[in-house]
Amino acid sequence: MRLFRNAPATVLVNLLLTIGLLCMSAPFVWMLSTSFKGTKDVFRYPPRLIPEVPTLTNYEKLFRTVNIARPFINTVVTAVSITALSLLICSMAGYAFAKFDFPAKNVLFMGVLGTLMIPGQITMIPVFLLLKKMGLLNTYSGLILPGIASAFGIFFMRQFIVTLPDELMEAARIDGAREFFIFGRIVLPLCKPALATLGILNFTGSWNNFLWPLIISTDESMYTLPVAVANLAGQYATEYGLQMAGSVVVIVPIVIFFMFAQRWFMEGVALTGMKG
Amino acid sequence: MQRNPKVAYMFLAPALILMTVFIALPVIASLVISLTDFNIFALANWSNAKFIGIDNFVRLFQDGLFWKALRNTLYFVAVGVPLAIALALILAILLNSPLNRAKGLFRVGHYLPSITETVAIAVVWRWVLNPRYGILKRALEVFSIQSPSWLGDPRWAMPAIIMMAVWKGLGHNALIFLAGLQSIPPTVYEAARIDGATSRQQFIYVTLPLLAPTTFFVSIMTLIGYLQLFAEPYTLTDGGPLDATLSIVLYMYRHGFKFFNLGYASAMAYVLFALIFAATLLAMRSRAKEVTY
Repeated sequence: MRLFRNAPATVLVNLLLTIGLLCMSAPFVWMLSTSFKGTKDVFRYPPRLIPEVPTLTNYEKLFRTVNIARPFINTVVTAVSITALSLLICSMAGYAFAKFDFPAKNVLFMGVLGTLMIPGQITMIPVFLLLKKMGLLNTYSGLILPGIASAFGIFFMRQFIVTLPDELMEAARIDGAREFFIFGRIVLPLCKPALATLGILNFTGSWNNFLWPLIISTDESMYTLPVAVANLAGQYATEYGLQMAGSVVVIVPIVIFFMFAQRWFMEGVALTGMKG
Repeated sequence: MQRNPKVAYMFLAPALILMTVFIALPVIASLVISLTDFNIFALANWSNAKFIGIDNFVRLFQDGLFWKALRNTLYFVAVGVPLAIALALILAILLNSPLNRAKGLFRVGHYLPSITETVAIAVVWRWVLNPRYGILKRALEVFSIQSPSWLGDPRWAMPAIIMMAVWKGLGHNALIFLAGLQSIPPTVYEAARIDGATSRQQFIYVTLPLLAPTTFFVSIMTLIGYLQLFAEPYTLTDGGPLDATLSIVLYMYRHGFKFFNLGYASAMAYVLFALIFAATLLAMRSRAKEVTY
């Protein structure tokens, strides 16, 4: 009964959402479609969704001439390292803040949270100079090191670990377990849901990071995908098929990753909002 | 609570050392650099940098291009933030509606742009906005609207960038709103209904006030993010045409990492920092009194 009464409203709600979905997905469809088009098809107007002569030339050129595989590997190495190291270091710090009492605890915690207010642009120049001095420009260390410790990560892990019962750790201590054993074998396994959420946010964050790699990687061999794609767009300004293929290579892996890890993604976003 | 400072500091050490080296000290170093004429010659040998007091800041306020960048950024923020918030709220309400017939699909579909890399998607948008072959021109033609030349027109370039930024962040903000909407207890609505409140009254007197903390959070985060506008104009327009889309961070990047005027760029970074700080404080002060029922 209710359904019938609300028929016009139901149509309206779903119509609006469908229009929204179309607006959201149109650029992606347009990107995929163009990436399989040859020059003639690209510059056809009005445009066709399905290319008249589908071709893989753009992808071939992307891997042969432009050698996109290298930035791809750089991005994977950077994103995986940052994620793994960040999870370890943030959960360690989060554990200390959640389960230990020590002098200057509140001051340190406020200090950590205070860094949330600091925009990356402020630290960029000194960090660049420091890494240059250390000879770390155009190295993986240069890409990875500044991205590891994050106030958000520490805060996030602390909030989760605080909810774990103290008795678990106490029992292990009475049994004579060492502190690192307690952390590694008891606390971390219990943190799996939080680690999954934070890991996903970290991974997408570093996969998509642009400004820092742009500054630290001046040599083509150390470009990450976003930098390589920006460069591609400048160098081959009118080769839209090639540019779209480049964007596909950046976007599609993260979309696939998203599809698999969707649940944690959504939970993570909802959680970040709860902070407010 | 374990009282064992030595162990606690051991667990804290890696994070604190990294944060000190890469955040705390650089914030101070940045201020010091902003008081010098650190340039490309100093890059080779730091001792070439001279202390010049607040000259960089004085120069900044006489730099017409900086004012232009500031105005452009504020334009982007003033139009973009309210638009992003309003649309995200509308989307969240639609997603939350019991009439929504494909919850999963609509939620994931709208979220998709949020996870994509800005440069890669900006490259796509440049093609979408292409004044001769773009799909947007085609779409507008269906409604007999003549498409402007978007990125080639100083009047339309910034609106185009706003359009893309709002499009990209919409799903993310809507998802946070959705979580906020779902945390409002249904009993409150029931009570309102019993008192005879219409849907519109429920929205104005129940939903909006109870959603205020979420709205505040989303607004602040969007505001801070938008003040740091960079990747979009870098990819779409490189600040053009006629500097119509030059943003503060883009101008800073140019001075810092194209011309290596690192002293001058640091001064700009500090002005940006002050701007973000002021905006956050202002928003906090104007924060509506929290309502609880």
